[in-house]
Amino acid sequence: MNPIDKKYRYAKTGKLLIEIVPDKCDFCGCCVGVCPEDAIELKEAEIFIIDSRCTNCAKCVWSCPIEVIKFNKDGVII
Amino acid sequence: MKNEYDVVVVGSGPAGSMAARFAAEKGVSVLMLEKDRDVGYPVRCGEAISKAGVEEFIPSDEKWINARISKFSLNAPNGTECVIEFGDAGYVLERRIFDYELAKTAAKAGAEILTRAYVNGLLFSDDKVCGVKYEYRGEQKEVKAKVVIAADGVESRVGRWAGIKTYIDYRDMECCTQVTAANINANEDTLYFYFGKDVAPQGYFWVFPKGGNCANIGLGVSGIVGKKKSALSFLNEFMEQHYPGAPILTSIAGGVPSAPTLEKISAPGILIVGDAARQVNPLSGGGIASGMIGGSIGGRIAAEAIKMNKLDHILTYDKAWHDRLGKRHETFNRIKNGIYNFSDDKFNNIAHSFNKIPKDKRTLGRVFTVALINNPSLLIDVAKVFIV
Ligand SMILES: Cc1cc2nc3c(=O)[nH]c(=O)nc-3n(C[C@H](O)[C@H](O)[C@H](O)COP(=O)(O)OP(=O)(O)OC[C@H]3O[C@@H](n4cnc5c(N)ncnc54)[C@H](O)[C@@H]3O)c2cc1C
Ligand code: SF4
Ligand code: SF4
Repeated sequence: MNPIDKKYRYAKTGKLLIEIVPDKCDFCGCCVGVCPEDAIELKEAEIFIIDSRCTNCAKCVWSCPIEVIKFNKDGVII
Repeated sequence: MKNEYDVVVVGSGPAGSMAARFAAEKGVSVLMLEKDRDVGYPVRCGEAISKAGVEEFIPSDEKWINARISKFSLNAPNGTECVIEFGDAGYVLERRIFDYELAKTAAKAGAEILTRAYVNGLLFSDDKVCGVKYEYRGEQKEVKAKVVIAADGVESRVGRWAGIKTYIDYRDMECCTQVTAANINANEDTLYFYFGKDVAPQGYFWVFPKGGNCANIGLGVSGIVGKKKSALSFLNEFMEQHYPGAPILTSIAGGVPSAPTLEKISAPGILIVGDAARQVNPLSGGGIASGMIGGSIGGRIAAEAIKMNKLDHILTYDKAWHDRLGKRHETFNRIKNGIYNFSDDKFNNIAHSFNKIPKDKRTLGRVFTVALINNPSLLIDVAKVFIV
């Protein structure tokens, strides 16, 4: 991908961004269950954050049993 | 497939299947939608259940019983083991077959089932839910319903779209990971539980035998713990220490909403059942049996409302659930909160005192009694469990 075409998710509240590490997710729904903003879309084998709703509260990060949602200080490509 | 049903159920777990079945048995038309390819798979569960919990809904059948359980082994942090025997009381299931069989009972009662149907929105008419939007093989579709039953499990989004607060406090979420491993030496009639800050703080670790030297080995920890250390790290450490090199047949993640039932589980045109409604026993984390109970009540009440042509009747579901189990779960939750704050020393003391009781008098109730010597304020709550 041309770097100029890259789009980033920006945090509304702070510098840390939430990222779902690709290919590591088990699609278990734990993060979706704790998200106060209904900001995670989870299909059979597909997951993504609905950027406009996410407040970067990090509750999903704390709840992921297998360390799939993480902070990424550098910015997250969408 | 029609484009209108009396009842549409979202999710085909134990709660969804029982909702579909109990509604269909009363003669209303039912469609159950499931996002995954298969009913019952993937399995995100330790698969332990009491015999009574099963047999309220389906006769016991060897084809989905992996192990017959007659003992609990509770293990304190210092290794002290308390064994409690109680006859032929429970099973470890093969849930991919069990859930499938439950769905078949719904189908037999007349419910239609569609897999690979991902529900992504609700239909409304005058602020009342009147159907769902779903994606099926890449196509966006709609189906109308007099009553929608949300049985969409721990992720539970359907209820939110109807304005019900279904998300769970991360502190109450038991964040779990489990492997099914082979070559595990464990008694096949015993459920093993491990407690303490090193194995599973604010939760517990389990080894549930599945027959043929296989076992479900996993744990759940609260989101508070997960903030510092993930369930996965705890599991890796335990496996390394106890079963290094054991072949891993399955590994899964999952969440158990260990809290009392949601304050509101019905709204005009919609009912919530099972994990989605937080109908889990907050103390044990068991939700198969209670989900089936919630689903059956929801399905029955939805059908009654349709038959009576009085859709407001579905709002009686909250109370019906509360009377059957919801109230008990509130008590279990208070006990859970008490036990979660126990230190390792306290667990060790309880185990030690318990083992002084004569063998034939060791019951689960007595574990709690002994626990009370250490924590008298729990007394009232425990008394309620056994009296109410
Ligand atoms: C690791 C772990 C161990 C456990 N161990 C035990 C145990 O030993 N004993 C016990 O009793 N309980 C246990 N539980 C709890 C138990 O698994 C659940 O309580 C039970 O499965 C709840 O049933 P349910 O029907 O409410 O939800 P689920 O079984 O989760 O079913 C929900 C269904 O809805 C589907 N769905 C979700 N969203 C949508 C959508 N938008 N559109 C269409 N379909 C959708 C899902 O794909 C899923 O099939 C455990 C849970 C975990 C995570
Ligand atoms: S950071 Fe908070 S709002 Fe954003 S997806 Fe995670 S839980 Fe939801
Ligand atoms: S909690 Fe973790 S493993 Fe589970 S769906 Fe969310 S990101 Fe994936």
